[in-house]
Amino acid sequence: MTISLVVDIGLALVVLSLALWIIAATTVYRAVIGFIVYGLLLAIVWVRLGAADVALTEAALGGGLTGLLLLGAAARLSHHECVPVFGRPAAGPVVGFRLLVGILCTLIAAGLAAVVLLLPEPAPSLASEVASNLPATGVGNPVTAVLLAYRAIDTLLEAVVLVPAMIGVWSLATDQGWSGRPGFLTPARRTSALTLLAQVLPPVGIVFGIHLFWIGADHPGGKFQAAVVLAAMWALVLLAGLREPPRVGSPPLRLAVVVGPLVFIGIGVSGIWLADAFLAYPAGYAKPMILAIEAVLTLSITVALVFLLAGPPAADRSADGRR
Amino acid sequence: MSALLDGFTVVAVSLGALFFLAGTLGLLRFPDTLARLHALSAADNLGLGLVVLGLLPQVASPLGWIGLIAVWLLALLASGTVSQLLAGAVRPLDGAETQARDNPAEGPFS
Amino acid sequence: MNGATLFGLCGAGLIGLGLYGLICHPGALRKVLAFNLIGSGVFLLFGAIARRGGGVLSSAGTGIDSDPVPQALVITGLVVAFAATAIAVALLLRLAETTGRTTLDPNGSDPAPPAGRKEA
Repeated sequence: MTISLVVDIGLALVVLSLALWIIAATTVYRAVIGFIVYGLLLAIVWVRLGAADVALTEAALGGGLTGLLLLGAAARLSHHECVPVFGRPAAGPVVGFRLLVGILCTLIAAGLAAVVLLLPEPAPSLASEVASNLPATGVGNPVTAVLLAYRAIDTLLEAVVLVPAMIGVWSLATDQGWSGRPGFLTPARRTSALTLLAQVLPPVGIVFGIHLFWIGADHPGGKFQAAVVLAAMWALVLLAGLREPPRVGSPPLRLAVVVGPLVFIGIGVSGIWLADAFLAYPAGYAKPMILAIEAVLTLSITVALVFLLAGPPAADRSADGRR
Repeated sequence: MSALLDGFTVVAVSLGALFFLAGTLGLLRFPDTLARLHALSAADNLGLGLVVLGLLPQVASPLGWIGLIAVWLLALLASGTVSQLLAGAVRPLDGAETQARDNPAEGPFS
Repeated sequence: MNGATLFGLCGAGLIGLGLYGLICHPGALRKVLAFNLIGSGVFLLFGAIARRGGGVLSSAGTGIDSDPVPQALVITGLVVAFAATAIAVALLLRLAETTGRTTLDPNGSDPAPPAGRKEA
């Protein structure tokens, strides 16, 4: 029983009890705040599992941006609450149903735990193949090599998925708000503390985001983490009220969202002529092409994430500030 | 020499953990939000500073030092801002108080 | 029992907890939270498998201490889960705006909101 195992056991217990708190909390606010803490602790779990890239993504996206999304939703929903139905003593299903569901969920968890304990030894792994082919890709970070060289098709599809997600959010606009400015990140009043933060932090954050993008070739980092940091800085500026959210109908931003996947697909198609397969890179040109794809994708993913956070476009405010 | 540096790391990080413990105790035991905010922000910033100080000998390059100190400064900035915002929500400053009284249903988003 | 197996078991527990919350909470936002719990539990299972795959490599001196392929899958999954959560939240807020309810259950109700924004 080494010290690191004791630390791991402690960490796993805290994570599980936080999950229990999220399920059992009485109000949505408490559950969401527990979820934000849970996301950050999960990032530490990923570090213990040796996956630094995933830890960065989980801390930024899972803890940060998802927490922002859910906290905003909880704040808005506190105005619309269901009318409790007369005759129902407790909210939701009866105790018997909950007990049955609890037993079934315990069985499912136990089954998955048995799967984990019965995983084959020695563990099958692709790490050796990844390592032996790493010099040909020109990058030093094996996760970046997997994302952009070995499994580039997955990354392409994922970059594309963000576009219909954004369109799905936009399609929830009212008729008046059809190509207006999204409304989720607009504060009702400005506070001086948040204004100060939104003036001081974004320059640092932008430098840090570009650094994360550049360093992802050889160290933990990469375009997703960079895009999340840049999107967070933009969201901070919007939340402080220093800038209006961009119009959904604005052509430059729509172009920015699609240019990433288009460039990716273009390079993939050109690989058919230059290197005999879709998304294959010609020998010696792998690293510049990977960097080009990553740079354009960082821009696209940043804009798509901000639009996903900002919600459906809404009608412009009238002169007195109310809709 | 490295044993001395390791000893310094252990002492500084333990002191930092003690400050975090004190801050958490304040969070649990103090009567109202403003006192809790004060306990948390003061103790956590000092605790983080001590942890960062303790980790400095373990990092080889000066760039790593810049990174660690940047972590501490950014955490200071963020926790200061968040404390101000939370305190403002609990006890609004004069202008916001009138506004909150006139529009009781208005939340942080409109 | 090493770290990988431990966190794999943790992931299994998270999936069970999330599934319970998804089924039993009437409010849609709680269901979205529970869905995110299930997602993170599944990612932890991937992480445990990745860690086990990497431990084999330390002798080869490649410096990879966990299998990069499941890691890349988890990063992709995190981004897609965020996109799904964003759409779910937008749908839920639109539902609340048009019908004033926060659940699709015709008989259900949400626990009451905290009184004001004071000590919640």
